Amino acid sequence: MLKSKTFLKKTRAGGVMKIVREHYLRDDIGCGAPGCATCGGAHEGPALEPQPQDPASSLCPQPHYLLPDTNVLLHQIDVLEDPAIRNVIVLQTVLQEVRNRSAPVYKRIRDVTNNQEKHFYTFTNEHHRETYVEQEQGENANDRNDRAIRVAAKWYNEHLKKMSADNQLQVIFITNDRKNKEKAIEEGIPAFTCEEYVKSLTANPELIDRLACLSEEENEIESGKIIFSEHLPLSKLQQGIKSGTYLQGTFRASRENYLEATVWIHGDNEENKEVILQGLKHLNRAIHEDIVAVELLAKSQWVAPSSVVLHDEGQNEEDVEKEEERERMLKTAVSEKMLKPTGRVVGIIKRNWRPYCGMLSKSDIKESRRHLFTPADKRIPRIRIETRQASTLEGRRIIVAIDGWPRNSRYPNGHFVRNLGDVGEKETETEVLLLEHDVPHQPFSQAVLSFLPKMPWSITEKDMKNREDLRHLCICSVDPPGCTDIDDALHCRELENGNLEVGVHIADVSHFIRPGNALDQESARRGTTVYLCEKRIDMVPELLSSNLCSLKCDVDRLAFSCIWEMNHNAEILKTKFTKSVINSKASLTYAEAQLRIDSANMNDDITTSLRGLNKLAKILKKGRIEKGALTLSSPEVRFHMDSETHDPIDLQTKELRETNSMVEEFMLLANISVAKKIHEEFSEHALLRKHPAPPPSNYEILVKAARSRNLEIKTDTAKSLAESLDRAESPTFPYLNTLLRILATRCMMQAVYFCSGMDNDFYHYGLASPIYTHFTSPIRRYADVIVHRLLAVAVGADCTYPELTDKHKLADICKNLNFRHKMAQYAQRASVAFHTQIPSLKIEDTVFHVFDKVKVKIMLDSSNLQHQKIRMSLVEPQIPGISIPTDTSNMDLNGPKKKKMKLGK
Amino acid sequence: MAGLELLSDQGYRVDGRRAGELRKIQARMGVFAQADGSAYIEQGNTKALAVVYGPHEIRGSRARALPDRALVNCQYSSATFSTGERKRRRHGDRKSCEMGLQLRQTFEAAILTQLHPRSQIDIYVQVLQADGGTYAACVNAATLAVLDAGIPMRDFVCACSAGFVDGTALADLSHVEEAAGGPQLALALLPASGQIALLEMDARLHEDHLERVLEAAAQAARDVHTLLDRVVRQHVREASILLGD
Repeated sequence: MLKSKTFLKKTRAGGVMKIVREHYLRDDIGCGAPGCATCGGAHEGPALEPQPQDPASSLCPQPHYLLPDTNVLLHQIDVLEDPAIRNVIVLQTVLQEVRNRSAPVYKRIRDVTNNQEKHFYTFTNEHHRETYVEQEQGENANDRNDRAIRVAAKWYNEHLKKMSADNQLQVIFITNDRKNKEKAIEEGIPAFTCEEYVKSLTANPELIDRLACLSEEENEIESGKIIFSEHLPLSKLQQGIKSGTYLQGTFRASRENYLEATVWIHGDNEENKEVILQGLKHLNRAIHEDIVAVELLAKSQWVAPSSVVLHDEGQNEEDVEKEEERERMLKTAVSEKMLKPTGRVVGIIKRNWRPYCGMLSKSDIKESRRHLFTPADKRIPRIRIETRQASTLEGRRIIVAIDGWPRNSRYPNGHFVRNLGDVGEKETETEVLLLEHDVPHQPFSQAVLSFLPKMPWSITEKDMKNREDLRHLCICSVDPPGCTDIDDALHCRELENGNLEVGVHIADVSHFIRPGNALDQESARRGTTVYLCEKRIDMVPELLSSNLCSLKCDVDRLAFSCIWEMNHNAEILKTKFTKSVINSKASLTYAEAQLRIDSANMNDDITTSLRGLNKLAKILKKGRIEKGALTLSSPEVRFHMDSETHDPIDLQTKELRETNSMVEEFMLLANISVAKKIHEEFSEHALLRKHPAPPPSNYEILVKAARSRNLEIKTDTAKSLAESLDRAESPTFPYLNTLLRILATRCMMQAVYFCSGMDNDFYHYGLASPIYTHFTSPIRRYADVIVHRLLAVAVGADCTYPELTDKHKLADICKNLNFRHKMAQYAQRASVAFHTQIPSLKIEDTVFHVFDKVKVKIMLDSSNLQHQKIRMSLVEPQIPGISIPTDTSNMDLNGPKKKKMKLGK
Repeated sequence: MAGLELLSDQGYRVDGRRAGELRKIQARMGVFAQADGSAYIEQGNTKALAVVYGPHEIRGSRARALPDRALVNCQYSSATFSTGERKRRRHGDRKSCEMGLQLRQTFEAAILTQLHPRSQIDIYVQVLQADGGTYAACVNAATLAVLDAGIPMRDFVCACSAGFVDGTALADLSHVEEAAGGPQLALALLPASGQIALLEMDARLHEDHLERVLEAAAQAARDVHTLLDRVVRQHVREASILLGD
């Protein structure tokens, strides 16, 4: 059956355009209920259960399917995702509306629909002959959609009755719209609001907490006092932004002071990059990461960023007056120069809410069901939630989602999502850390695991095609102790012509991960392996990472080899890339390798090979440094813990051996060689890595620090920076050089992956290489997998596939990888911080050497369970007003803050 | 606002078709009395009219005559009201020229031109409403018109377009699907022999996908053939009744 949709549309030029679109109505769309004779077998994919048993509801005891409307889907997705809710019919009308209104919810609903066990069915009602409705004269689109949903619900009920006469099966319409519900009941459709239905689920009382509270009307009666000014509508904001009265930017709340925030203004305007907001009313319900519109205040009202640490401790709503007092406290007298552009939020352009981890602060009133939730991230305001299980949730880490922030409420309203476990438990804390950094850490799904090779695995004839047999070579791997995912191995031998042959062999992960399958998609999503203190979140399943791809000794493994012919001056004469089979002769640790090189009485093949490599590596390193590569330090200062008592015993920096830099040198060389090759072959879509040169202003802090010691740091080029860093030595204070290097690391920009077709600046500043990529760790980085595939195509060892040569797809992958890498780094840092924090520190009155010699007193302040902090009090030198006993600056454990404090003086 | 979803998870396209389904086709032959052959076709909302004159003596310069076969002269035009926005097109603009050339190539491959040396066959096609797949509609209309004129052909020429969205090949693209961007392929097929009279695509498509898109277009062209064949038989039946057979 054919229906024509005709409508008029105004064109951009102002003319009127008539658009006619066809709309086919079908009679072969199944209802999704199995065993339905009328549309027998016309449905595919995951469908509804024939006799849904649960959830037991007191309102409708018969078996039933649910049919939610758009708003229920949008706002109560947390409830629908619960395993207790099954057999839900999602109409196409509803799905389309959700798609237009919220992309994240749309993605979540699609994930749920794909989950076989949830029995969600998408019914294409708009193209069904009997459920299509036409928009009537004078009816707006929303009303039409509501009607379409009701028509579909009615059709379903009649259709299910036809299935068999004694069928009790019902479709229950869930809507929160009162009028819609009334109309539905009038038409004979069983309808309930989401709240009514969920409350009737006697078997699952905990679901009630997950309901989003949206009944704003009730709140208004309770406390009529309006705290915040109204947000302007989007159209007005856009107008204002266009005309320049408002500025658009990302809202960043301050960690230290809940009454202060900055807004990063988007756009090229260099001057007003940052706007300060101060005071609750000016923050106007914006939450960290939201895109907001701000209005600049008059210059007379400009303020300077306050230096006070303020935490929101209030429990009641009535504290608003006190709050104002506090705000006044912020506005201490400051010089004109310190004043920064100040503004206030006039409207929200886009909310960037996500579920937040944190803890419940139980209300003082015992029977109260409303409690405040304190997120772990200090930049997120406290959230009011409604729950009956407060006593069980106390002292637990929980996840809460924000539903909204009414004008009359001091705190946003939210609902409880999930209970993670006890505070302080390592597992709970790790979970929090992973969630807060958005690290995908669920176990691999069955779909992903199905693409793993079947065990026992062996190399077949087919695998040997396009592959060189290098099993006879004396290859060995050098890694840190305890490493199970060995992705690189090396060899070096003398050729007949007197030159040296050096080979870097990288695990051939792309042989196992074929493009496009579930395994590939999952590893692309994860992007990188995340190493936490006591846990490793693998990018690829363990079978691959620790077994089949790991280049363990004395087993045949598939590898991707990069083989150079070099002369004794480490000049490359020939480069060859090939897929290969290798058999590593030894897996050494750095220390073991160092021992072999140093001991004079060992002269076996492996040792001579190592010595050759070491010799070449030294020449390579020298050459690299001459070109201006930087050697920087990262502050790998770790507390060494006593394994029994978990007390810190020692403070130690990471030890570097010659062998570390030997392996590193060849990895760099391999990466550079591969980068050149793939860029030569695929000039438009090679995945490369670049490191932009930092702007001069970044170096200010370093130059200042060095000047305080009468040292000069030149920062005009990487080479002069490297040289001046080398010269910056203090005879009395040997650790100074390392400190300066740590500081220099902090000045650097982030290195990023990019697609060569989308950028023209390829330079890697830190390594002083014109081109660079990642090739050597495919087990733990997805970028390397892509590079392997590109290289395999370039040397004719593998075939190409469409996504590989699509630069936009590649750019998307790069974006995700950069994000995941950043997050993985933060998660690693947080994990270190957590593990050094948990045990009760007993190092009071220890002397730290930081920048200038200071003596501090350290104690652990665990008054706030979520944010344990170390209190450092200055003992020496004596500075009035700062040193003990008055000093109470709160310091985190991270190194950099200590230094900043010192520099500030 | 999210863009248009061209293919839903359930496998339905924007207008409710499945990936391989054609739009509704309706056609009539012999719509004009004074022309040698004529036909009118509707493929969904795309409507085209084709008129054929000939074979006749070469008009204009005699130098154009070919000694061994007939000259096929194709002209394409589209009505000002054919698209959503009214737009006056000059006669012989680039797009019409190209379309004319493509039609000519297609029909030179299909018509047995060697049977009429030193003569000319004129095919005029006009698009009355354009809703995607204009080339395909023009070829299909012209085929019917050539048949109506009784000019001997090797076979029907059936054309159809195909596109590619999210790893699935879509047959017979509508205007909405064409406008969304993405590769689009036009195929004119001689269905009995499976020979390709014309294949055209000007977007980038990975070679791995080409086969699937081509197969989708070919299947759609074969479906078009079944429909056109029915139209021709119906027309012949009606004509023979009129002739009093």
